[in-house]
Amino acid sequence: MDLNMTAVELGKKIKNKEISVVEATTAYLDAMEEREKDINAFVTIDREGALKRAEEVQKGIDEGKYTGPLAGVPVAIKDNMCVAGMLTTCSSKILSNFVPTFTATAVQKLIDEGAVIVGKANMDEFAMGSTTETSYYGETKNPWDLSRVPGGSSGGSAASVAACEVPYALGSDTGGSIRQPAGFCGVVGIKPTYGRVSRYGLIAYGSSLDQIGPLAKDVTDCATILEAICGKDDRDSTSVKEDGDDFTSALADDVKGMKIGIPKDYLGEGLDPEVKESVLAAAKALEAKGAIVEEFDLSLVEYAIPAYYIIASAEASSNLERFDGVKYGYRTEEFSDLHNMYKKTRSEGFGAEVKRRIMLGSFVLSSGYFDAYYMKALRTKALIKQAFDKAFEKYDVILGPVAPTTALKLGESLSDPIKMYLGDIYTVSVNLAGLPGISLPCGYDKNGLPIGLQLLGKHFDEKSIIRAAYAFEQTMQVKTPAYVTERGE
Amino acid sequence: MEKAYETVIGLEVHVELATKTKIFCGCSTEFGGAPNTHTCPVCTGMPGSLPVLNKEVVNKAIAVGLATNCTITQNCKFDRKNYFYPDNPQNYQISQLYYPICRNGKVEIEVDGKKKWIGIHEIHMEEDAGKLIHDPYTDSSLVDFNRSGVPLIEIVSEPDMRSAEEVIAYLDKLRMTIQYLGASDCKLNEGSMRADVNLSIREVGAEEFGTRTEMKNLNSFKAIARAIENERERQIDILEAGEKVVQETRRWDDNKEYSYAMRSKEDAQDYRYFPDPDLVPIIISDEWLEDIRAKQPEFRDEKKARYQEEYGLPEYDADILTGTKKLADIFEETIALDANPKKVSNWLMVETMRIVKEKEMDADDITFSATNLAKLIKLTDSQAINSTVAKEVFEKIFDEDIDPDKYVEEKGLKTVNDEGALRTTIEQVIADNPQSVEDYRNGKEKAIGFLVGQTMKAMKGKANPGMVNQILKELL
Amino acid sequence: MQITDEIIDYVGILAKLELSDEEKEQAKKDMTNMLDYVGKLNELDTDGVEPMSHTFSVHNVFREDVVVNGDDRENMLANAPEKKDGAYKVPRTFD
Repeated sequence: MDLNMTAVELGKKIKNKEISVVEATTAYLDAMEEREKDINAFVTIDREGALKRAEEVQKGIDEGKYTGPLAGVPVAIKDNMCVAGMLTTCSSKILSNFVPTFTATAVQKLIDEGAVIVGKANMDEFAMGSTTETSYYGETKNPWDLSRVPGGSSGGSAASVAACEVPYALGSDTGGSIRQPAGFCGVVGIKPTYGRVSRYGLIAYGSSLDQIGPLAKDVTDCATILEAICGKDDRDSTSVKEDGDDFTSALADDVKGMKIGIPKDYLGEGLDPEVKESVLAAAKALEAKGAIVEEFDLSLVEYAIPAYYIIASAEASSNLERFDGVKYGYRTEEFSDLHNMYKKTRSEGFGAEVKRRIMLGSFVLSSGYFDAYYMKALRTKALIKQAFDKAFEKYDVILGPVAPTTALKLGESLSDPIKMYLGDIYTVSVNLAGLPGISLPCGYDKNGLPIGLQLLGKHFDEKSIIRAAYAFEQTMQVKTPAYVTERGE
Repeated sequence: MEKAYETVIGLEVHVELATKTKIFCGCSTEFGGAPNTHTCPVCTGMPGSLPVLNKEVVNKAIAVGLATNCTITQNCKFDRKNYFYPDNPQNYQISQLYYPICRNGKVEIEVDGKKKWIGIHEIHMEEDAGKLIHDPYTDSSLVDFNRSGVPLIEIVSEPDMRSAEEVIAYLDKLRMTIQYLGASDCKLNEGSMRADVNLSIREVGAEEFGTRTEMKNLNSFKAIARAIENERERQIDILEAGEKVVQETRRWDDNKEYSYAMRSKEDAQDYRYFPDPDLVPIIISDEWLEDIRAKQPEFRDEKKARYQEEYGLPEYDADILTGTKKLADIFEETIALDANPKKVSNWLMVETMRIVKEKEMDADDITFSATNLAKLIKLTDSQAINSTVAKEVFEKIFDEDIDPDKYVEEKGLKTVNDEGALRTTIEQVIADNPQSVEDYRNGKEKAIGFLVGQTMKAMKGKANPGMVNQILKELL
Repeated sequence: MQITDEIIDYVGILAKLELSDEEKEQAKKDMTNMLDYVGKLNELDTDGVEPMSHTFSVHNVFREDVVVNGDDRENMLANAPEKKDGAYKVPRTFD
């Protein structure tokens, strides 16, 4: 069986009875078994559960219960989404034994569509990082070059798709955590508009920024998956019912008259020349298809990262207070009293980057500093949103790079946090403004590493970026990592 | 010369709202239940769970705000208050700091005939914490989250009170108002109403406030009065000794009648409030406000005036009847069943209050129904039973809410109006008591009372007293 | 701004984190650098700008006051590190 199929292609073959669900599931599980020693994209692989589920789903398909395009297709779930009965760790020691008793809404929606969950994907601990190196369960490696990072924090999700261990995966994006690893691993990822997908069951990092989204082989898959997981959820007050959620209807090779803006601020200092060239070539390709492309000044780009790290760290410091050794998760072995138990549990249970952000977040919210840091960041957020609103008065879509560089070497960025944070420069403002963004491959650098193109849309206008991405994809010769082709796919 | 001091008191009153479900999840708020049987991922702080606001909490908070003359914040929000404690499952409490739902209210109190307004700084909505139970066998604590997420409002007064009497009058006023709204049963002993007392001392005439302390764990009006007196003296002693009062939270021990500071080096009291990103703003339209305003009930003061005017009750009676929502409810319901208001009032004021006192219970906990009281009154009106029997039947109604019609029938308590039967009995009584007959005939009017008593006794109390008197006089 | 030992200790109390001396030194350095970096926001004039928590105008999301959850204690306690008598067991909180 060709593991390099897209999710939708596989879904069709299953529907047409060319491949059985058990066959497909077994094939991917076998690939995982063989590749995981190199890639380490998973924290948990549930072979037994997946095979049992595959049989059930096959029966469901045969009986007409599952009729959707993703019925029977295996999927990996980022390890910060609760799946009932399945270990859910957030790649942290502090949740090393946590088995949720309920399932995240987005995941449940896939299950209702007949998805087969094969495992939980590795990530940066609590989604804090952009390399997947902060995982307590070991770093994930980039299938394009095993000495490089897959990006993060949804690095396991992106690498598992790129390595053909699964046809698609769910990730989450707080400051670029779907788009940047998609870019580094040469796959497609969508960060939907804030509110488009329920966050219920997603273990929160920065609650006002987090969104769940798909990572897959192509734009068609991503649109199809997003259609399945989106929608208002009564359990998430911040999820909304908005029109324009028929994403697959935007899969048309037609960008005639579409107005595309490229922020000059996204092409300046710090951007790798090869990435720049590739992104501008993508713009040209869209122009050649009839889009109207021009450069403009977005402004405020340099303030996005400081504002983001204040807001995300502050929210995280509060969100992660619940991990205290009382109700679930790790509890330290020995302690003298309650507060000692809290402190030892948390100090032993959290890794360095998580502690760094909790400390920063607690500080910026503390008495005497709240206004200077947190409120200032929320005001900056308002200005950044205004800048995007202004830009979207003129443009349908904003185009730029996903990250300043292609995938970095393992260990390269961990030593200097601020340098690592700067890698998020093109992605974080989207989360601050709550906008949708898509990341897809637009070329390969001299080392053969994929380069990511990012397209941003108006609130709840995922369809425009899907349309533009789909049109560009038609012009693009998408490659498969040698790691995969060597294995005959 | 000893200086004159003034006590300055402000109150933070927590009231549990009487909703069916918790503030952010669909778990029951029912009291009792085995530990953690009313819990779900939301109120136990499971990773990934999210709060969704119970609309009824907002309705009730607005109703309390309107009843206490507050301005309603028409664009309000929730904030997180961060602190670690095992009864707080998320280690942050969802509360309101920046945009509380109500502000700038006031209520009028009366102490020794003097009226005074007490300002309300704000009222905010928040979630209750769970309960910690000490386990002596393992010397550890056990956490029960059944109360976690039960909706509370916190009513923060201005520092406008100057004595324990004013504090009690204020609390009583709040309790009445909230009970009349049906927003809470407001029981201090059960914790559905809890008061923290902020108290400071200053010299009479001083403009600046002194340093205040906050007193917690006050479970009755008596405890509040004792704690206020104790804390006033403690602070005066400190000042007289030339020292300074430390701003701190203290815990009152009502058995030992003293308080101690709740200090811990692990307790920084820096709650890092920030807007809760999991909840969206609440925008309260004018229509919504009007809707609640229109549904506001008649409050105690209005009711009291109406009882006097409409039913001609004395002020004292109207005051007692309206002093407990339950009594007022029974009063009105019984009247609605065509009973005479004065008679109903009489039953409530005399017999009911007597039993309540005897049983040392709270009038709020009365359980008998207006229907059965109305039936009882009808039975006496029609002279089907006499007043002695009626009192006996009422005790059964009070205890078991029995149906008086059935009860009287079954027990054969109906007054005997059969003249023949009475005459026979009375003739026998006259024959058995020649001395009394003699006395009566010799002009001792009182002697007839004894004969009436003997007749009643012989008739097991069921005789019509009027008829007995009449026949007796006739036969004598 | 310079992060002192006192601030690190204070934040440790707030965040319930106990850092080794080595970690404290690192934390001081990291936090000082980070605050210097985010201090960049002070270049921006934000006078009169409303702080923005949510980027969209959703409001009034409510539940009706209807009990939907039953007794789910088994599940709620399933992950507890220590439990007793249907409750979560923690170090003593009473003096």
